[in-house]
Amino acid sequence: MAYKNQVLVCGGTGCTSSSSLKILEKMENLLEQRGIRQDVKMVKTGCFGLCAAGPIVIVYPEGAFYAHVKLEDVEKIVDEHIIGKKIIKDLLYKEAVTEDGEVKSFEEVPFYKKQMRIALEHCGAIGAEDIDDYIELKGYKALEKALTEMTPENVIDEVKRSGLRGRGGGGFPTGLKWEFTYKTEDEQKYVACNADEGDPGAFMDRSILEGDPHCIIEAMAIAGYAVGANQGYVYVRAEYPVAIERLQIAIDKAREAGYLGKNIFGTDFEFDMEIRLGAGAFVCGEETALINSIEGKRGMPRPRPPFPAVKGLWNKPTLLNNVETYANITKIILKGADWFSSIGTEKSKGTKVFALGGKVENTGLVEIPMGTTLREIIFEIGGGIPNGKKFKAVQTGGPSGGCLTEEYLDTPIDYDSLTALGSMMGSGGMIILDEDNCMVDIAKFFLEFTVEESCGKCPPCRIGTKRMLETLEKITEGKGEKGDIEKLEKLAENIKTSALCGLGQTAPNPVLSTIKRFRHEYEAHVNEKRCPSGVCQALLEYKITEDKCKGCTLCAKVCPVNAIKGNVKEAHVIDTNTCIKCGACVAKCPFGAISKQ
Amino acid sequence: MARDVFTKENFEKLDHVIQKYKGKSGPLMPVLTEAQKIFGCVAIEIQKKISEELNIPLAEIYGVATFYSQFSLQPKGEYVIGVCLGTACYVKGAQDIINKISKEINVEVGKTSEDGKFTLVATRCIGACGLAPVLTVNEDVYGKLTADDVEGILSKYK
Ligand SMILES: Cc1cc2nc3c(=O)[nH]c(=O)nc-3n(C[C@H](O)[C@H](O)[C@H](O)COP(=O)(O)O)c2cc1C
Ligand code: SF4
Ligand code: SF4
Ligand code: SF4
Ligand code: FES
Ligand code: FES
Repeated sequence: MAYKNQVLVCGGTGCTSSSSLKILEKMENLLEQRGIRQDVKMVKTGCFGLCAAGPIVIVYPEGAFYAHVKLEDVEKIVDEHIIGKKIIKDLLYKEAVTEDGEVKSFEEVPFYKKQMRIALEHCGAIGAEDIDDYIELKGYKALEKALTEMTPENVIDEVKRSGLRGRGGGGFPTGLKWEFTYKTEDEQKYVACNADEGDPGAFMDRSILEGDPHCIIEAMAIAGYAVGANQGYVYVRAEYPVAIERLQIAIDKAREAGYLGKNIFGTDFEFDMEIRLGAGAFVCGEETALINSIEGKRGMPRPRPPFPAVKGLWNKPTLLNNVETYANITKIILKGADWFSSIGTEKSKGTKVFALGGKVENTGLVEIPMGTTLREIIFEIGGGIPNGKKFKAVQTGGPSGGCLTEEYLDTPIDYDSLTALGSMMGSGGMIILDEDNCMVDIAKFFLEFTVEESCGKCPPCRIGTKRMLETLEKITEGKGEKGDIEKLEKLAENIKTSALCGLGQTAPNPVLSTIKRFRHEYEAHVNEKRCPSGVCQALLEYKITEDKCKGCTLCAKVCPVNAIKGNVKEAHVIDTNTCIKCGACVAKCPFGAISKQ
Repeated sequence: MARDVFTKENFEKLDHVIQKYKGKSGPLMPVLTEAQKIFGCVAIEIQKKISEELNIPLAEIYGVATFYSQFSLQPKGEYVIGVCLGTACYVKGAQDIINKISKEINVEVGKTSEDGKFTLVATRCIGACGLAPVLTVNEDVYGKLTADDVEGILSKYK
């Protein structure tokens, strides 16, 4: 059937939290009322990437990219655009219009221009709950090709030659992992998908599952064929209800359509899959812990070897890959290893998705070819630092990673360049920090995370990280002593070399890298009892600048502890001994007379 | 007073879930997950029932139930307010939001209000980082928060 218009409404978690589903519903109702429901194809997609501009609605054939759409705007879009054929310029994303008022498609706005979408290719482009949409874009063709034209060895070889490396953090060559699992002989093998996404600040796996769930199912079936497994498990964190729901819908539909089950594409290949829910433990992203968790045990890591490729789920050979890793597979099979390996750098092929967040204008999901520089991501795609603030650092790799400063902004990003600088690709969280962030506080934040998430199995991690945290707390509370920084460094080195699993082995990284690049901030805390960024509460004092104060008394009225004294129309004073540093007065002063130092 | 969740009806639901997973490999996690949903907790009575039906020692179940942060031994409030303290949210001031809520509803982080209405928890990243800082109230997600939004959101559930 020919549609006159196609309307994409973002149904990703970001946009649905700002009513995008109500927008969709209202639009469908209005189209019905106007009697043109049949002319318009309404599509509920996954995340478009630019969540900061949500809710997002794109109207085709013009490709008008509407941002921050409100419920009230829906009628306008229907009447003026869909019926009246006039694009509503005021509603367009600000960069989707040129100065002369010409409309640009969303691919041309700076946020998307430098991106290259492979893993996210279908996210935001197809209906997330619609298997036909997926099939229309060559869905399940890669599986058909693998099953009918390729041997398992061919498939593994293609993946190996593509140069794809694991996107879950480690960067291990995917093809090799497939080969190991293939070569371990056993009647029963499994494939598993790691959708635990423990990195606090990353959401690419979530978006792929929400926006393009069939591509994960298809890739896992291909993997099953390649390594000789007939059963797959997707381990998804319970905090992702929408992803779980859409994946389940997709699995059911794929089974109905015969892409899962027996005799797939008329061959004797059989494959089925099931979702298993994580229950909120970061360490379960570690592969042996994940296996324990699926088996119904505490998610504690065990020493490797044996690797899961040899002894995995229920002691059977198991292939475990990350969501984004799988998302590349179907494209590699369809377009070939040569195509894939022509993208990226020498040792890191293809693209990487980053979750760009923190102090940056365009927060959201960004997929770039490996080798793109940090500067391009932060300033061109990300649109730079908001509110005229100064860039301070970029943190990558989450709790296992580190941070890089201004001087490294021109580093081309790949696995090895980031590791060499003491940071990490990790799963792709990329948090931008500005001058208002205190690096000691950030290091403390990550350590708090690790201490809480340590499974407690081995002492270096259980006790060591706790000691590090205590020292950091001391420092941020103004009780730091000479030698504390050195103590942190020494502890860090010991933990790195003696912890059992990756969690402990990498936990000290955020501390080490902040000490390395911001030692002066640590020293200011320890030696001068001063927090240069004005974050660490215990080290701050609120002060009223005499010349600026007009004596309006507003601050004194809000102070919960009556710490501010002064007569009307005369400069006020804060008694620092009484002040509990709540900051209420700063927010109230109309003349900016109160500062924290 | 906290609500009574140990109803006959809820135990019947649990039984249903147990039968569904019995015989499958690795039934404990899915059963606990659904039990947590049904009862709002996995108190020891519930664990006992699961232990008997699935033939897994109670000690082992207790070990699992206390390992994962999604499972709680006490019932949670009617509304669980989860403030994200993931990295993206933290650097954009999530701590202020959580402090403000804690003050507004007079509940410490990790605790439930006396009337059993609100539980306040600090959650990990919920994957809506593009909208940081973010909070959830049961299934509803609120993003791009400032401390000033808190009152308005809470009033919807009071
Ligand atoms: C403490 C810890 C947490 C991890 N969390 C995740 C995670 O949430 N998601 C993920 O895909 N990989 C995670 N990993 C990496 C996995 O253990 C594993 O290497 C990866 O899933 C393998 O898939 P890949 O080769 O496709 O990257 C984690 C590793 C460690 C040590
Ligand atoms: S390093 Fe930490 S998380 Fe890993 S096994 Fe040891 S205690 Fe557990
Ligand atoms: S920071 Fe709070 S306690 Fe201190 S003077 Fe201002 S309002 Fe009063
Ligand atoms: S609010 Fe500002 S101007 Fe008014 S009395 Fe306080 S410090 Fe002075
Ligand atoms: S959720 Fe809509 S753009 Fe990300
Ligand atoms: S860090 Fe808060 S939603 Fe991701």
